[in-house]
Amino acid sequence: MTDFAIEARGLVKYFDGARAVDGIDLAVPAGTIYGVLGPNGAGKTTTLRMLLGIIDPDEGDRHLLGETVPIRAAPKVGYLPEERGLYPAMAAADAIAFMGALRGLPLKEGRHRAALLMEEYGLGHAVKRPIRTLSKGMAQTVQLLGTIVHKPRLIVLDEPFSGLDAINQARLEGLIRAQAADGVTILFSTHVIAHAERLCERIAIIARGKIRFEGGVEEARARLAPQVRLGTRAADGPWRAALPADARHDGGLWRFELPESGIEPLLEALIRGGAGIETLSIERPGLHDAFVAIVGAATTQDMDKEEEERA
Amino acid sequence: MRQIFRAAWVIARRDYVATVWSKTFLLFLLGPLFPIAFGLFFGSIGERAAEAGRGSVAVIADMRDGRAIADAHLRLSGRLGRRALPELNIVAPEQDEAAQIRRLLADPKANSIAVLTGGLVRPALHAAEGRLDTLDGELALILDRAREARVMGAAVPSPVEILRRPIEGAAGDDKGGRELIARAGQTLLVLLIMILAGMLLSNLIEEKSNKVIEVLAAAVPIDAIFLGKLAAMLAMSLTGIFVWGGAAAIAAALFLAGDPGSIPAPAVGWSAFAALGLLYFAAAYLLVGALFLGIGGQASTVREVQTLSMPLTMGQLAIFALASTAIGAPDGPAGLAASAFPWSSPFAMIARAAERPELWPHLLAIGWQLLWLALIIRIASRLFRLSVLSSGRRHGWLAKLRARA
Repeated sequence: MTDFAIEARGLVKYFDGARAVDGIDLAVPAGTIYGVLGPNGAGKTTTLRMLLGIIDPDEGDRHLLGETVPIRAAPKVGYLPEERGLYPAMAAADAIAFMGALRGLPLKEGRHRAALLMEEYGLGHAVKRPIRTLSKGMAQTVQLLGTIVHKPRLIVLDEPFSGLDAINQARLEGLIRAQAADGVTILFSTHVIAHAERLCERIAIIARGKIRFEGGVEEARARLAPQVRLGTRAADGPWRAALPADARHDGGLWRFELPESGIEPLLEALIRGGAGIETLSIERPGLHDAFVAIVGAATTQDMDKEEEERA
Repeated sequence: MRQIFRAAWVIARRDYVATVWSKTFLLFLLGPLFPIAFGLFFGSIGERAAEAGRGSVAVIADMRDGRAIADAHLRLSGRLGRRALPELNIVAPEQDEAAQIRRLLADPKANSIAVLTGGLVRPALHAAEGRLDTLDGELALILDRAREARVMGAAVPSPVEILRRPIEGAAGDDKGGRELIARAGQTLLVLLIMILAGMLLSNLIEEKSNKVIEVLAAAVPIDAIFLGKLAAMLAMSLTGIFVWGGAAAIAAALFLAGDPGSIPAPAVGWSAFAALGLLYFAAAYLLVGALFLGIGGQASTVREVQTLSMPLTMGQLAIFALASTAIGAPDGPAGLAASAFPWSSPFAMIARAAERPELWPHLLAIGWQLLWLALIIRIASRLFRLSVLSSGRRHGWLAKLRARA
């Protein structure tokens, strides 16, 4: 029995001759919430679709819940695609039961569970309403419930928060946490970093078809040094020599990375130099900063490489 | 394999229920009634118009000749049918015959198309050139009978009564009748396929446009989606056929008043013919439907479906043309070729069932068609997978053609 719900090695996919996914390796530990982050067009959806067996990779292999043919694991997997798909004329509970039936749950049991789930998530009044009469948020919740109705061991969500208002986003976060608490592995893709920062234990950052970072959220944040923000009474003076070379003055404050030597020697030099410290704060970078830095560095690196190749 | 059939069943059940319980399905069931109703309506108008357009022949004759002509007309109409002969309007002669003829032909109330003068002795027909050929023979027949009656008087024999002895199996009747059944059966099958198989394309487009296809593809093997959709549409088509067939049977029972004797039986008998008809319909539907789904997967909008529909319809017509060569000569080279070519085979074989009594060729043909069906479903589902799941990125030949254009 593997410790990983998903394992992929060297996944490659070409679209119209372009290498959309370029050798992705991924290992999602069982029972974790795992985020696949990346800018639009990075290859997140294609990667998820390959992992689930919706499309075949041109190179590489993948294991889904121990199955080499992903579709064989389908009864134990729930999937919410980026582009939501429901039959407009179908009653909401029937749509949930149908999605369960596709993954092996008997229809009768599916209808029963659908009614309970809809009640639990505030849609009890809409059990028999056709999908076409539901609001976008309600329809998305229905599809999400269809993703979990058969009690899967792995849930894959592609951009699950897009199009949801703040209340529904919070509700979805609650659902993801509840499922994870039951031991379900959650893999979701997003380009909104805040959700990943709140939910994920591990993340993979994809840019231009390649994984640029893989590890814990803290590890990603630790890639960047803490940021110092300094406000002084004195505009100039000997204290300026104590500032790092890359310090920049922006909005009345000095901003720079915390020096490797720590804050104490810097403080001493500032006081001795007569800076007149008004404010001083040390901030740990967020995942968003780490994401921007990692993706930015990857893009620059790729562009430099392309430039070299052309030359 | 079990997973494929289970998943196909889930998809087929959903598609079938969603289609059959929709309001539009009622319209679909009523659809064939519209052309029939229109046909009957315009047919009766046409008949009335034809009747009114025929007009009558004014016969200028004295009382004696007039009565003899009227009697002869009555007797002949009784044997040949009212419409077999023109209506006659007997009028007494006037002083100026030429003027009378002109007046009769000009009078809109009289509705005369011709005037017959000269009585039984020296008959002369006044009519437009185009009418003379038709009316000449018909009026001569009436005048002959009138003359005969006058000459023979009371010795005219009473009308002959022919005893009716129904028989079965006259070679001429069988051949003609069975060819008619072969043609009717084949045409019906082709029409049904052309009407019903097109629905697969629109069904697929609906699925692609509401993005359900991705949910399905993530949950079940693509072959199951393909099979499920085909099975649902086949079941829906059979529902329609049972409803229409039931209505037709009721109508036949009412209008033929329990006398099916006027319709010749197909060579394999009615029961076997009906069973084979259903089997061949299913085979043809699945063969054509699999092709439609495979090719239709390339389209992503209704407009693209319309673009595809034309060549597909032309292809079906070509298949129909090939299959129709089997009528009258199912064992000839063309008939055998039509029976062997997978897409025309069901149509050629239903025609054969009407004309040849042996059942074993049908077992062979059904086996052959099933073999092709398995192959086509396999190829078409691969095509379907490649194109349907491209998720907005175009890989299909249709897209490539468009890109080149």
